[in-house]
Amino acid sequence: MSTIVTLPDQQTASLPKRSYLNEEYGLKSWLLTGDHKRIAILYLISITFFFFIGGAMAGLIRLELLTPPTDLMAADTYNKLFTMHGIIMVFLFLVPSVPATIGNFLIPIMVGAKDLAFPKINLLSWYLYVVGGILVLAALTLGGVDTGWTFTTPLSTHYLNTHVITAGLAIFVAGFSSIFTGLNFIVTVHRMRAPGMTWFRLPLFVWSHYAASILMVLGTPVLAITLVLVILERVMGIGVFDPAKGGDPLLFQHLFWFYSHPAVYIMILPGMGVISEVISTFSRKRVFGYTAVAFSSVAIAVFGFFVWAHHMFIMGVSNYSALVFSLLTMLVAVPSAIKIFNWAATLYKGSITFETPMLYAFGFMGLFTIGGLTGVFLGSMGMDIHLTETYFIVAHFHFVMVGGMLMAFLAGIHFWWPKMTGRMYPEGLSKLAALTTFIGFNLTFFPQFILGYLGMPRRYAAYPPEFQVLNVLSTAGATVLGVGYLLPMLYLVWSLKYGKIAGANPWQATGLEWQIQSPPLTENFVETPVVDYEAYDYEWLANKTKHEVQTVG
Amino acid sequence: MHYFISPVLWQFLVNWLTHFALFPPEASAIAPYADALYFFLILISLVGMVIVMALVGGFSILYRKDRNPEATQIEGSTLLEATWTIIPLALFMVCFVWGALLYFRIYNPPANAMNIYIVGKQWMWKAEHPGGQHEINSLHVPMGRPVQLTMISQDVFHSYSIPAFRVKREVIPGRYTTVWFTATQPGTYHLFCTQYCGTLHSQMIGEVVVMKPDDYEAWTQGSTSGMSLAQNGERLFASMGCNACHSGNAGARGPNLAEAYATRVQLTNGSYAMVDDAFLRDSILNPTMHTTAGYAPIMPTYQGQISEEGLIDLVEYIKQLKSNSRVQQTLNTSQVQSQAQSPASSQVQQTAPATPGMVKP
Amino acid sequence: MDSQAIATHPEQEHAEHPPYLRHHFATVEQQKETSTFGMWLFLLTEIMFFGGLFTAYLIYRNWYYPAFVAGSHQLSIVLGATNTAVLICSSFTMAMAVYSSEMRWRKALVGWLLATIVLGSVFLGIKAVEYHEKWEKHHVPGLNFSAAGFMHEDPNYPEDKPLPRDMAEKTQVYFSLYFAMTGMHALHMVIGVSILIILVIRAWGGAYTQGHMTTIENFGLYWHFVDIVWIFLFPLLYLISRHQ
Repeated sequence: MSTIVTLPDQQTASLPKRSYLNEEYGLKSWLLTGDHKRIAILYLISITFFFFIGGAMAGLIRLELLTPPTDLMAADTYNKLFTMHGIIMVFLFLVPSVPATIGNFLIPIMVGAKDLAFPKINLLSWYLYVVGGILVLAALTLGGVDTGWTFTTPLSTHYLNTHVITAGLAIFVAGFSSIFTGLNFIVTVHRMRAPGMTWFRLPLFVWSHYAASILMVLGTPVLAITLVLVILERVMGIGVFDPAKGGDPLLFQHLFWFYSHPAVYIMILPGMGVISEVISTFSRKRVFGYTAVAFSSVAIAVFGFFVWAHHMFIMGVSNYSALVFSLLTMLVAVPSAIKIFNWAATLYKGSITFETPMLYAFGFMGLFTIGGLTGVFLGSMGMDIHLTETYFIVAHFHFVMVGGMLMAFLAGIHFWWPKMTGRMYPEGLSKLAALTTFIGFNLTFFPQFILGYLGMPRRYAAYPPEFQVLNVLSTAGATVLGVGYLLPMLYLVWSLKYGKIAGANPWQATGLEWQIQSPPLTENFVETPVVDYEAYDYEWLANKTKHEVQTVG
Repeated sequence: MHYFISPVLWQFLVNWLTHFALFPPEASAIAPYADALYFFLILISLVGMVIVMALVGGFSILYRKDRNPEATQIEGSTLLEATWTIIPLALFMVCFVWGALLYFRIYNPPANAMNIYIVGKQWMWKAEHPGGQHEINSLHVPMGRPVQLTMISQDVFHSYSIPAFRVKREVIPGRYTTVWFTATQPGTYHLFCTQYCGTLHSQMIGEVVVMKPDDYEAWTQGSTSGMSLAQNGERLFASMGCNACHSGNAGARGPNLAEAYATRVQLTNGSYAMVDDAFLRDSILNPTMHTTAGYAPIMPTYQGQISEEGLIDLVEYIKQLKSNSRVQQTLNTSQVQSQAQSPASSQVQQTAPATPGMVKP
Repeated sequence: MDSQAIATHPEQEHAEHPPYLRHHFATVEQQKETSTFGMWLFLLTEIMFFGGLFTAYLIYRNWYYPAFVAGSHQLSIVLGATNTAVLICSSFTMAMAVYSSEMRWRKALVGWLLATIVLGSVFLGIKAVEYHEKWEKHHVPGLNFSAAGFMHEDPNYPEDKPLPRDMAEKTQVYFSLYFAMTGMHALHMVIGVSILIILVIRAWGGAYTQGHMTTIENFGLYWHFVDIVWIFLFPLLYLISRHQ
């Protein structure tokens, strides 16, 4: 199979003498850095750490579900496992995954700037994440929390004596990490673009992050205040959510989902940005319908704020308000569909190769389409009555989040690995990992759609025996999936020492990041670039390659 | 058939096939409608998937680098954008309308539905039939009659789910929620709590037993506790002293409750309210917010003094109250008892006197 | 790309590279605009943060109006109005501090910043007095709340009719929101005063009177925002149905 990978001659090539990695040595230079690239690497290490903890919990959950009765662990332990799995995966992995690692690394370079607008706030953002993570670990080691990641009141406020406050504080702090990242991105995109870099010359990766940042900045504070109220209710007994004192537990639901629905778009939009870049590069073509894709990202962000009560269709909201939210949910599904079709159209008359990032991108397209369409099932209110709170929901969000977002994250990590580290990952092994992940994923989560329609509730440690076959299939898939995720950990680390030298532009891609050395200099650009060409301008690239200028190194 | 393969294998296959169902039995009148929508959604999803996979797969093969070394830069096509915006939007709108119709059908009970009360608590379901049958973790319903469930939680959020009927509703503390169905097929079906509610959430399950009308009759006869909910409510009405103000006399301190259910009343703040289950329950717990126009806001609150079951008994009693004659009698009785020396009423006491100290049933 | 790059740092611009210009900004102008934009965006997040509380307030006041009236009448208008005046004055002193920074008057800047600190602390002190009074009267939700006071005639509040028990209990919701909203606001004040102390120390060293006003200006934005939140809180919490 042919490839577009173009590497420098491995006999003579070496990593650049000066880069952000060797600019300064020592722990202090990393822990007190303002360099967005180093902060991105710090984030990458931390989120990978939490991903494996969350993943281990998922493994234990699936092990318990091999058999109908609750026989592997106590029911309370199981409840703690799925709660912590949700909290870690949502707040400590998915929300920061692409933005804080790949976004932090690339946004300044993609707009032609030397750094983000507020480097110190960027570092603060990472420290807030770490504090949040430590608090989560504290909650875990002190005995866990078992409210479910959704902290439903009055269960979380009055009926549990686990470490709800610690967990709430953890998410509060991690939330500010997210807010500051989003704030940094928005200001950077507005104010730090290089001369000539107009909005519509930006890579779509930047548009997606911009849209996600709007959600981060406007939505996360509402979660913060909601958690404050839950903590006050637990500590003081204030009663805002307690019906016995005149409060309304449904108010918590509204406040919580007002953030948590936009949160899912915070999670997916950056991944969609990665897909735009990857599909374009490996088809050697500009993205079809650039404007449509850019505006779709913003549309998803805007509409995403108006659909929260579709998580509450059966909770006693009035039929008429449910009607409005269902309609808006259908509307928010459309921009995602537009993007999928635009990406597919990008392939038309392209020149396609199948390197690992492209494989992950294809996986994303298929799995996100399924996940997104099952979202339409759930947005259809009458159908939601039967499907909500069952494994159908679990399957739906794992398809979009794991089949979609996590695949996009892996696509991005592989795609920009040479840029971040200067080295290539081993292609054969990575293709194997991608395939393993895809197979494992489908085996794990597709049976859960069926389980959901059959009526198996979510968050159940025990289930009627007739559901066992599907559960066993799902657990088998989870094992395969685990292997698929472990492989990149191993070979990516291996590649740091033994991977091939990548050079500035191994993929022959467009974009400012591929015009500078790999790994980049601390200041990114030797001189401020002036942009007078469109995004994904492959003709410009072909022209330039003919007059190649040696980069520093 | 089982001549050709061993009976053991046949049993296994039958079990596997019937147990390896793809969807639950259709045991309610609405189930086929829900399944129809489901199949439509699967259909458009399949079509969508096939289109996307065909495009991605087809283009990958047709335009792979070996076959097409030079890419053609295409900016876009407004026509295509419009097409793949409008067609999905139209399909999603169909899903919306269909889903809305289904939703309104499931959550708007017919007027002639028989009512059963459900109280959820950690970690069990209590069903209270108006005739006085009480069930724990099960629900017996007759076939072919619309049944409405009026539900409330005593503690946290739960959710009452009957997959075979395709109905589900959250069971919330502090307010009633309702759902209705008409069971169409006798049998026993799963009942699940589907809202995470703590340690034994997975054990908060039970069975819904659908019976033919005769069998149901027999069951109600055999399972009654002796007192219907309304009778219990009548007892509470007197013992909690409600009869003192709601006596039905002219000039009474509280409004007449006979035949008040399902009417509209005007409240002191000028707005109108429908006297339904929720209104009655809220009036007992938060009377100041529900004071009828023309009456002083002097009704005391019973928050914390009556359990949810007690409230259900009272609501059921008031629903069925047609005349105040028995109310008058209990009033006279208690007045007689409190004024021991006054001439005894010549009326025969037909209701049990209020038993002091017996508050929560 | 490199062959097309135009250097944007010609020699004559070296004079315009003051020490406070961060390396990733091309010009002072860009740095100033960027940090101001960042502060406005941050204030937008703060609006969303308080927004949750205002939403809860909106709903519960609608449901339990008589309880909110009774609860509101328990707050001291004198202290509340004084606090409002104090905060408005502190916004004035903050604006004067910004002006001083622009005019490069170091001592004046320090003076106005100190005045702002004093006024902010007065606000917090009065708030502490009010909170203490609430504790004394058993109006702290959850911890020592008692609705008994609302169910009987109170000679101190002759116009307020006693509430029936169920509505009196709802005053706890009012006080929950009172403490949550003013508490959150007070927390922002404490953070503001703490930052002011740091600014005073640096202003004394001349950091903000040599052309670099952005920090003082942006902090001024924050301070004015906290003031505006109080301008909303005061009528919503203190002035419900007062007819004097």
